[in-house]
Amino acid sequence: MHGEICYLIVKPHDCDSICLTCSTAGIFVNGGIDNEAEEIDYERHSEIYKDLVTFLREKSAKFSENMSKQQHSFFGDKKKGKKKSTSVTEKEEVCTLSKPSLALEKSPSEKRRTLKKLEPVLKWTCPVTQEKKNSAKESQDEKSTPSITEKPKSTSPPTLAGKPQSLSRCKSSVKIEDLVSESSSESEEDEEQPDHRQEGQTDLPSEYWQIQKLVKYLKGGNQTATVIALCSMRDFNLTLETCQLAIRDVGGLEVLINLLDTDEVKCKIGSLKILKEISHNSQIRRAIVDLGGLPIMVKILDSPDKNLKCLAAETIANVANFRRARRTVRQHGGIKKLVELLDYAQSKTDPMHHHCLYETKDVEVARCGALALWSCSKSHINKEAIRKAGGIPLLARLLKSSHQNMLIPVVGTLQECASEERYRAAIKAERIIENLVKNLSSENEVLQEHCAMAIYQCAEDKETRDLVRQHGGLKPLATLLNNTDNKERLAAVTGAIWKCAICKENVTKFREYKAIETLVGLLTDQPEEVLVNVVGALGECCQEHENRVIIRKCGGIQPLVNLLVGTNQALLVNVTKAVGACAAEPENMMIIDRLDGVRLLWSLLKNPHPDVKASAAWALCPCIENAKDAGEMVRSFVGGLELVVNLLKSENKEVLASVCAAITNIAKDQENLAVITDHGVVPLLSKLANTNNDKLRWHLAEAISRCCMWGRNRIAFGEHKAVAPLVRYLKSKDTNVHRATAQALYQLSEDANNCITMHENGAVRLLLDMVGSPDEVLQEAAAGCISNIRRLALATEKAKYS
Amino acid sequence: MYTANRKRLQKLTDCTSKASKHFNRYEIECLIKLFYTLLEETAEKQSSIGIDRNAFRNFLHTTFGMTDDMIMDRVFRAFDKDNDGFVNVTEWISGLCIFLRGNLEERTKYCFEVYDLNGDGFISREEMFHMLKNSLLKQPSEEDPDEGIKDLVDITLKKMDHDHDGKLSFADYETSVKEEALLLEAFGPCLPDTKSHLEFEAQVFKDPHDL
Repeated sequence: MHGEICYLIVKPHDCDSICLTCSTAGIFVNGGIDNEAEEIDYERHSEIYKDLVTFLREKSAKFSENMSKQQHSFFGDKKKGKKKSTSVTEKEEVCTLSKPSLALEKSPSEKRRTLKKLEPVLKWTCPVTQEKKNSAKESQDEKSTPSITEKPKSTSPPTLAGKPQSLSRCKSSVKIEDLVSESSSESEEDEEQPDHRQEGQTDLPSEYWQIQKLVKYLKGGNQTATVIALCSMRDFNLTLETCQLAIRDVGGLEVLINLLDTDEVKCKIGSLKILKEISHNSQIRRAIVDLGGLPIMVKILDSPDKNLKCLAAETIANVANFRRARRTVRQHGGIKKLVELLDYAQSKTDPMHHHCLYETKDVEVARCGALALWSCSKSHINKEAIRKAGGIPLLARLLKSSHQNMLIPVVGTLQECASEERYRAAIKAERIIENLVKNLSSENEVLQEHCAMAIYQCAEDKETRDLVRQHGGLKPLATLLNNTDNKERLAAVTGAIWKCAICKENVTKFREYKAIETLVGLLTDQPEEVLVNVVGALGECCQEHENRVIIRKCGGIQPLVNLLVGTNQALLVNVTKAVGACAAEPENMMIIDRLDGVRLLWSLLKNPHPDVKASAAWALCPCIENAKDAGEMVRSFVGGLELVVNLLKSENKEVLASVCAAITNIAKDQENLAVITDHGVVPLLSKLANTNNDKLRWHLAEAISRCCMWGRNRIAFGEHKAVAPLVRYLKSKDTNVHRATAQALYQLSEDANNCITMHENGAVRLLLDMVGSPDEVLQEAAAGCISNIRRLALATEKAKYS
Repeated sequence: MYTANRKRLQKLTDCTSKASKHFNRYEIECLIKLFYTLLEETAEKQSSIGIDRNAFRNFLHTTFGMTDDMIMDRVFRAFDKDNDGFVNVTEWISGLCIFLRGNLEERTKYCFEVYDLNGDGFISREEMFHMLKNSLLKQPSEEDPDEGIKDLVDITLKKMDHDHDGKLSFADYETSVKEEALLLEAFGPCLPDTKSHLEFEAQVFKDPHDL
């Protein structure tokens, strides 16, 4: 991209999120971030603004109000630009809504549940203190006091410190650059706080000075002095952000990282112990990566000293919590080395050492390796790298162990990786499912959660679904449903049940364990992550008649219909599917109708997400089929028929197929058929005829065959050139397509012109083959069509000769 | 030379092996051989009773890369239990036993002995200062280079002095080491580092029939 510097998402107080591009020419709105692909649409969608401040002033009234309050205390617009950038916090979480995923964020302040939503937050502190902060910072920058400028802020470009006066909007936005250039792939990204500089030099806590002194000894001392200083540094509460940042600000991070590069084992150990603690802080993590700390830590993984290996791996586990870090680990061969750590021989006898702690140490090494791999595995490419490095058999072996502390990161890693198809094959091969099921009954809730999550991922695959049943996994899953306190675990368990329920035998088992009733109980008062899965599971269960009855009997239909009014895309897809499945029972349909469910489904056709539209349309089919007075009901939705017909203009194949299916059902009622004909259904359907998509072909042909039964629609289809493409459908391999097409052609063949077209396109030969088909409907339709064509031919002959 | 002393070697091995728990017979034999090799190199008289201070320090320096004179001296003192200025065979074996393969408890006692310069059972501030004297690079801008050392001593005392009596008793030291293993050699390296340790053992315990 030419001249572009960075991409921002800004969420002001009083309007929606805006996606911006900052470039050398100025700031403009871009096409936004596509949630599914996590790609930014780089097209310019607005004017180019001079700088961020000007833009925000235009867009947000509150912003310009606040800005004008600060106007007089600062010199020049440009300064404001810089200040503004530090006070806007952007939290970027780009995500897909298709699966809940768990974050390995050890720092409690950063732990977040996801279905990741775009959660922008504007941290707007009182303008007065903000001023003071920034004036202090700027004066620091200007004066370049030695103690502060030593800090390794490599993320801020050198020009920023030196020339505050000549700041342009470009440089102000560069400060937040590292925020945005990291888009997360499938996992959480740290929240990037703009640097919290000290308020003023007088306010520094005493720890700051003590730490500074210790760092001085680290720099200037020999090994002995260094070790003393390192041990002393650990006495500070390194979980406090002030201490963590103090270490960074006095140049402590460089020293600590340099120590890692020496040959002195004790210094390395001491340094890693500190780095391990402070790397819980996201700013420190980034600083460590910026300073090149990761490659050095990866090298340490080769050390023969087990303590060092463990510490290095644990520190890597903490640091690799964002994408760039994970990539760096991989690029320096870290994944391979970490996988090697997992490989410990269970009984190793070394003639040199008689220490009995040998084995325990090995377990610890494997555990730390697994922790680090867990962090790294959140990146897509790393998952593949782990597999290539032979990680799966090793993880499988470790899974048999009984050390709980080890099991959690191992299962965590497997669960992350199981989202990749290639992994699932390997997972089946290594009998991992058996152990996952075994650990579902562990007492450790976190372990249970991750096992359930892993099963959820793996159960996309049919064999796994069977394996889970065969190893007795369904019962513990059903039992865990009863414990609703731990929401993360509940989400994982319901997810596993959902995917397992795709298999019919599993559903039978679930019914035995009364899981269906329990699931219905979970339809209310649960967070969305749980609901998506519960509804998904019920939707699968409802494929069977018995279960549909059970759901009705335990009052499940009402809560389901109530969920039709949500906004969560994934949830809506599942709810519509479940409601549609329920509607296959006429008794259920009565309840759904009474609760106004059909109208709600219909309005979902207006939902912006194509998945929701399609799912709603599919669901409407059984509703219309099974409702009493279906025709009347459909007509009662004002503008409903027009809406459906207009959906035929969509570009999404799934939407089109589903709408065609709906139209097929709607058109069963003559009056409605008349109405949709008026709305122009015939030309719209005809336009879709040229498609290779079998699913669409099937439903389109059915729709056409229904719509033929009104007025001059048959002729109209011929006029809109729908016939010839239909003939080509007969060449498809799908028998559903054949049947539907034959029926459509049969209906169309009532019109002479259509017969001619069909004949010209070689329909007869194709249909002849189908006359012998075992499918009776197909047989009849094909035969009927041929007979019409033949009759016309005969009549023409006769006319010729008379 | 060896064949004549074989019997003597056997007898010595028998004696010393009871005292040292961490070496097996073969290893003790090797160490005894090493002892005599060192003795030959340095002493003219065959009847000398042991390795003297200089020879020992030389051994520490060449084999384990130790450089701190004061510490090396203290190590010699720790080996030389009967304080006669020589390390005889028994002292050699039992010293190396701890030096190379001591468990944490043994090593703690040993290090404390090394650091307790005047042997009064406490590591005082002055002793600490003495040992840390050269541990900080002298800054050209500093007027009082000792300032840093004094501070370091204070820091160490604050960390390790659990009974707050201004000096480190063995109990203080032991507690600190149990909490943080890195503090074992807090005042200077008096144990071998891993690398030279492994090299030494590989060399000394090598089977002469192996090539």
